[in-house]
Amino acid sequence: QDMTEKELLKMELDQLKKEVKNERQMISKTGKELKEYIESMAGEDPLLKGVPEDKNPFKEKGGCTIS
Amino acid sequence: MCDQTFLAIVFGPCDKCSKEKPLRPVYIKSEQLSFCSLCVEMMATEGLQENETLASLKNEAESLKGKLEEERAKLHDVELHQVAERVEALGQFVMKTRRTLKGHGNKVLCMDWCKDKRRIVSSSQDGKVIVWDSFTTNKEHAVTMPCTWVMACAYAPSGCAIACGGLDNKCSVYPLTFDKNENMAAKKKSVAMHTNYLSACSFTNSDMQILTASGDGTCALWDVESGQLLQSFHGHGADVLCLDLAPSETGNTFVSGGCDKKAMVWDMRSGQCIQSFETHDSDINSVRYYPSGDAFASGSDDATCRLYDLRADREVAIYSKESIIFGASSVDFSLSGRLLFAGYNDYTINVWDVLKGSRVSILFGHENRVSTLRVSPDGTAFCSGSWDHTLRV
Repeated sequence: QDMTEKELLKMELDQLKKEVKNERQMISKTGKELKEYIESMAGEDPLLKGVPEDKNPFKEKGGCTIS
Repeated sequence: MCDQTFLAIVFGPCDKCSKEKPLRPVYIKSEQLSFCSLCVEMMATEGLQENETLASLKNEAESLKGKLEEERAKLHDVELHQVAERVEALGQFVMKTRRTLKGHGNKVLCMDWCKDKRRIVSSSQDGKVIVWDSFTTNKEHAVTMPCTWVMACAYAPSGCAIACGGLDNKCSVYPLTFDKNENMAAKKKSVAMHTNYLSACSFTNSDMQILTASGDGTCALWDVESGQLLQSFHGHGADVLCLDLAPSETGNTFVSGGCDKKAMVWDMRSGQCIQSFETHDSDINSVRYYPSGDAFASGSDDATCRLYDLRADREVAIYSKESIIFGASSVDFSLSGRLLFAGYNDYTINVWDVLKGSRVSILFGHENRVSTLRVSPDGTAFCSGSWDHTLRV
């Protein structure tokens, strides 16, 4: 990018001015919502609660038994 | 007799004020111009003013940054793990490698899952891009790129194509065909063109658009069919190393991370940066949205992973341990968002409890650094790719 240092700084300044105006919420609220999301989805999370061997698509391939 | 040099005084119209005066040579940006002495004086003082405005701009930037920090601090009323105090702690985890995919001749650099939850595309330093069936470990397709270090690859949502790129500065799309007679490379479509290496790529919600990140410091959105640049995203001060699209319900944004230690959240339609976060101490190698879209995690060379809450507009958790000194190359969440899997350059994968901030498990198995890691679309497994030439599921 061939912009002068001044132009780069101006861009950064404009961006910062915009960001300061962003709406923000308290962590007590957003953190709680993150936690609630996890709790609502945790029942469905296979990596969290484990998968029974018979339903696991990645279980080790069984050998053949010839009886 | 000694040679005498005379100052040759040129008389003519000044390049600046056009008046007829004795002129002096002046060099501006390596171009030689001729100014009259009055204009030379003015130039000198303007130069001073130039420096002043530069300094005052820098000061303004610093004070704005301070103000931003202040505003963000106001919301920091509580830590995430405090919010999660009453949440049940996670028990011991046993995660085993179920499949090892061997076939790459060199370091695996990137991988992606297909939406069918079983196919995987991976790319490596030797220029090979391979599509695997992770259930059977069979290789379904293989293509050799004309460049080495294929650092990015992605599966199309339809499962009918893959995109990849690297040192060739381009992102190319290959339709996947099951016809044995067709040469995959023949159908290759060059979509994106950057001025430096391609570090990351991802299809948007459809096969029609691709988002790319490059060592040239920019991200870009392309139309696959025409190869046209739809939007470009400028703002990173150095190479962009990673990107992730927001889950479709939350709208048209994506997050990118770069060598400038910043993670930036962009609006895909306007090209504007919405938020930026600069709390890492080193390059950000990987960014991944939290499943709900309200937060994202990042992994960095500073050996930490961090969680940023988009609505609180700040970092809310750091996942690190004194014993972990190697950079994190790749991060991904489990389906619910409770677990964060992170691959590190010390050959291990650490599993973190997102809410409590503690490490739940450490996985060994790779014989070289873990370069890429993705959880499968239905969350039943995750795949890690490594410089040891293998992928593990």
